[in-house]
Amino acid sequence: MAELLFNLLLAIDATFRVATPLVLCAMAGLFAERSGVIDIGLEGKMLAAAFAAASVAAVTGSAWLALGAGMLVSVALALLHGFACITHRGNQVVSGVAINILVSGLTVVLGIAWFARGGQTPSVTNEARFTPITWPGAELLAEVPIIGSLYSELLSGHNLLVYVAFLIVPLTWWVVYRTRFGLRLRAVGENPNAVDTAGISVSALRYSAMLCCGALCGIAGTYLSIAQNAAFVRDMTAGQGYIALAAMIFGKWRPVPAMLACLMFGFLDAVAIRLQGVEVPVIGPIPVQLIQALPYVLTVVLLAGFIGRAIAPKASGIPYVKER
Amino acid sequence: MSEPQQNLQDGADRPGAGVTAPPAIELRDINKSFGPVHANKNVNLSVRPGDIHGTIGENGAGKSTLMSILYGFYEADSGEILIGGKPTSIRSSRDAIAAGIGMVHQHFMLVDNMSVVENIMLGAESGAILASSVAAARAELERLEREYNLDVDPDALAGDLPVGQQQRVEILKALYRGADILILDEPTGVLTPQETDQLFRILDSLRQEGVTVILITHKLREIMAVTDHVSVMRQGEIIADRVTAETNKEELAELMVGRKVLLSLDKAAPRVGETVLRVENLSFVDRAGVARVDKVSFSVHAGEIVGIAGVSGNGQSELLELLSGIRPVTSGQFSMMGEDFSTEHPLDPATMRDVKAAHVPEDRLRTGLVKAFAADESAILGYHRSAAYNSAVFLDRGAIERDCGQKMSDFDVRPQNPALKTANFSGGNQQKIVLAREISRGPRLLLVGQPTRGVDIGAIEFIHRNIIAMRDSGSAVLLVSVELDEIMSLSDRILVMFEGRIVGEVAADQADERLLGLMMANAAPEQAGAAGS
Amino acid sequence: MSSAPGRIPRWVDVALIPLVNIALAFIVSGVILWTIDVDPFAAVEIILFGAFGYDEAIGYTLYYTTNFVFTGLAVAVAFHAGLFNIGGEGQAYIGGLGVGLGILLVDSSLPFILILPFSILAAAAFGAAWAAIPAYLQAYRGSHIVITTIMFNFIAAALMVYLMVNVLIQPGSMSPESREFAEQAHLPFMHEVFGWFGMQVTPSPLNLSVVWAAICCFLVWAFIWRTRWGYEIRTVGANETAAIYAGIDPRRIVMLAMCVSGALAGFVGINEIMGVHHRLLLNFTAGYGFTGIAVSLMGRNHPVGIVLASLLFGMLYQGGAELAFEEPKVTRELVVTIQGLVILFSGALAFMMKGPIERAYLRIAGGFQRPAGQEG
Repeated sequence: MAELLFNLLLAIDATFRVATPLVLCAMAGLFAERSGVIDIGLEGKMLAAAFAAASVAAVTGSAWLALGAGMLVSVALALLHGFACITHRGNQVVSGVAINILVSGLTVVLGIAWFARGGQTPSVTNEARFTPITWPGAELLAEVPIIGSLYSELLSGHNLLVYVAFLIVPLTWWVVYRTRFGLRLRAVGENPNAVDTAGISVSALRYSAMLCCGALCGIAGTYLSIAQNAAFVRDMTAGQGYIALAAMIFGKWRPVPAMLACLMFGFLDAVAIRLQGVEVPVIGPIPVQLIQALPYVLTVVLLAGFIGRAIAPKASGIPYVKER
Repeated sequence: MSEPQQNLQDGADRPGAGVTAPPAIELRDINKSFGPVHANKNVNLSVRPGDIHGTIGENGAGKSTLMSILYGFYEADSGEILIGGKPTSIRSSRDAIAAGIGMVHQHFMLVDNMSVVENIMLGAESGAILASSVAAARAELERLEREYNLDVDPDALAGDLPVGQQQRVEILKALYRGADILILDEPTGVLTPQETDQLFRILDSLRQEGVTVILITHKLREIMAVTDHVSVMRQGEIIADRVTAETNKEELAELMVGRKVLLSLDKAAPRVGETVLRVENLSFVDRAGVARVDKVSFSVHAGEIVGIAGVSGNGQSELLELLSGIRPVTSGQFSMMGEDFSTEHPLDPATMRDVKAAHVPEDRLRTGLVKAFAADESAILGYHRSAAYNSAVFLDRGAIERDCGQKMSDFDVRPQNPALKTANFSGGNQQKIVLAREISRGPRLLLVGQPTRGVDIGAIEFIHRNIIAMRDSGSAVLLVSVELDEIMSLSDRILVMFEGRIVGEVAADQADERLLGLMMANAAPEQAGAAGS
Repeated sequence: MSSAPGRIPRWVDVALIPLVNIALAFIVSGVILWTIDVDPFAAVEIILFGAFGYDEAIGYTLYYTTNFVFTGLAVAVAFHAGLFNIGGEGQAYIGGLGVGLGILLVDSSLPFILILPFSILAAAAFGAAWAAIPAYLQAYRGSHIVITTIMFNFIAAALMVYLMVNVLIQPGSMSPESREFAEQAHLPFMHEVFGWFGMQVTPSPLNLSVVWAAICCFLVWAFIWRTRWGYEIRTVGANETAAIYAGIDPRRIVMLAMCVSGALAGFVGINEIMGVHHRLLLNFTAGYGFTGIAVSLMGRNHPVGIVLASLLFGMLYQGGAELAFEEPKVTRELVVTIQGLVILFSGALAFMMKGPIERAYLRIAGGFQRPAGQEG
């Protein structure tokens, strides 16, 4: 029993680590889609940021410079997406796909050209990483049953970016529902005409949303390469951008439910490895692939309207055309 | 009716009072083109402060474009705008708002899933944090509501409000931004007569507070009822300015259309045959639970044209869509050429064509044609499965092109080029393509919606003559139009729809504009019995 | 908006603008090469030689081209119905599964002449089925097909890993592969076909699938532009309201277009499983489904354009491999990068150059006309 509890604790602990990039990307996607711009390119922005951060960390040895580089590259891609979709009214899905494919190629091309390690960046030392922060008294309290392990395992011992990710959720909520920017953001995703006739520039608003989106994907990518890991590995995002997109839809374009969906998907991922080979009575061993596919299956089921209804912002995906 | 009349007198008393003041708005030589369409041609307009200034013209005359330029939604190709005598550059709605202009658009610019307060303060928030803005907006909203008698629940979601209330929110939005010039674009098209009267009272109180109002409409009655001055637009130009008190409906109508309005086309008495369409207790209830078509019963016989009159949005469009199989029936039934259709045995558009009925839809570009297709491909839309255009597997391109060429020469479509993209024809020629497609197969029942909307005058006459020729050849025609003139000049019998119901029937020779107008507002005395024969 | 579309000749729209967009993609690719100290012009030379310089290279180029034709056509058919099918990768994967399962079932009992149509049917059926689920959800449940097809790519990948690792793996083997198909279930290589006619050609993976791809191009053209079903698909794609008015049920068209699309993607399985690997294995789709998006956009959803775009990408894949071999600083992922740039410029930024080019055309054309007008 105690062992089971402890295993559960470890799984939840791992959940936070796995869910961090998902949460950041889901919030990023939320800003984009609430403004009416569909962003399939979360994956690509995160991957580019991971590469940029790992490269800069390897060269300069500074985690903060690396974070800056990751965010910068991701924001640049977000602006490219904006340039295509907002300024030139291109197809938003096509643009997102283009960015994903471009980045998955370019990171390897540049990685090999610069570091000659088969697409990997050199491992960075702990000084150039965001390393776990041990909260005061965590070691002392670790011996205390339940509360102690909760504190020392769950709350303490994560790196800075994990805490940042989970602080960004209430911040996103506050921005979206409690600020002028949020009001306009919600309006432009529903009815850009209303925003335009109210004297606000639809483009400027959507570009601002893309900036938020880029910055958050940048943090997510940085987390992957120099906080969770110590180097960039080719295609290291491995579909997490899409899972975040799924989580955002699952959360019906709202911050807190989206975060909960990220945690659920993260938890599935964390237990998938632990459940490998575990026999379940009657069913037999659970195929680990089933658990890995579950986020996608669940999202499809949600989109199909079998569990509630996911209604996207009304204007999302439609370029804003003023003149007839 | 008496109240607006008084206003008119106020207006008539005032000339001279504002002579020295510069015009609230002055437009000089405004030009605007959309591709080949010259929507505004050298437009000059001057509006006196504190007036209700009407701008009247047919659909497509360029009124909305002009006002969109004034509101910064479009930018003029050339010309000058003066506000209060000062040349003002209006390049965006923001500039317009800063110049004190507010606009109530034909399609409301509201965010449906936001509250009234949120909608009103959008773009005019007092700070970066919402809480303080909300409090300020709420207080100001209460003041405005009291001052102008505009009662709206500030916490209701905009999308849940009835249309009349949504319009008030739009007016409040403009006032909240400090507008002293208010443009209303076709504000009554979606309103009930009661709501229209309320709107006119609101406009009157705005005038008393010194707000300048520009009212865009194509309805003569409204111009006569509330305006002080009126400008008439035709084909992108302002062709006349009048003091409302010194003109009359007949003159304005003539100016709008450019010649004496055809009140009756030359047509023989109808030779009425058997019943072709019989509608019994037909209803359609929309998702919101509103009965858009409400227990409608009537018949149409071979050899007659039955016109359905009504203010736009009173269920005529839905009725046409039910009868053409586009919308599913909620309850009731109808029979076409003797075949019964109901919820148990629904009609679909393909079956409608199989029983030899045809449908000219209200909106040709949205519904009747595919803009991206070559004309000959658009000319088989709905009949593309017909054996005439198909071999066993493949479409017969040669037959399709020849068929289109024939239709084009029969209906005088220009340019006579079946390979030209549909979008590159003018509105009138596009409509002729639709009409040719639907008429040339000799349907026994023709459903026609707004056949001459946005069509030039020459084509109107051509289209009207063809519809009458259909009837004379023994087809039944059901005509839906919001243009009373069109209804009166074409129909043998006229049904009037109001809020989804048929509220009266008049024989064409007994119909006049006044009687129909009253019936359309559901304000007519007991005259004709319920419909159906 | 201000330009008059009628005065711009068709070739500007159909040829010039797409070519300029592709040129932009290649210029940016050249800049990328230049930043990693590779001479772009030398690289082009190596790529061209690597792709066409000797007959084995040509074989490889055409073998890649075959895959791109299938996935490009798949994207295009869906596009004509107004649908964005990002699921070509998954549909190709499952189509290959169909081919593999079918052959494993019958390869010892049927002759080649029966196995071939059976495999084509299996590829089409499995690919179509995998596309049919997102199609059904879009048509009847209103789920966004872009999102569902993305999800189905991942689900397909998980499903294949499960099947290969747990079910189809050859007993006693370590690598997740099925047993090899019997000889009569191998689609002949083109060098074998040429050999029948006495021609000596260096072996390459190019197989008879290339002929099937050519047939598919013609069939798709005829289907979209010369049949009433294609007419209905294009109507729904261009104007759904008009389609409903015309008695076309958009839901059935969504199903039809996606099933055809999925079937075409599934034919990648014919080329890869039946033509090259002769066994069922993992990851044989290698991103071809995504390349199909670039191919379709570049080829403007027309079979002729798709063939040209597929050739270009076939060349890049094969020549790019050669370049990676010759030039240690370059990897095959360069091709993926170029692919992304092509999608960006010919897809997402398709309108960027339209206005400037049309204005430039009018200015140049007007410049020729105006003096004549002044004289006259």
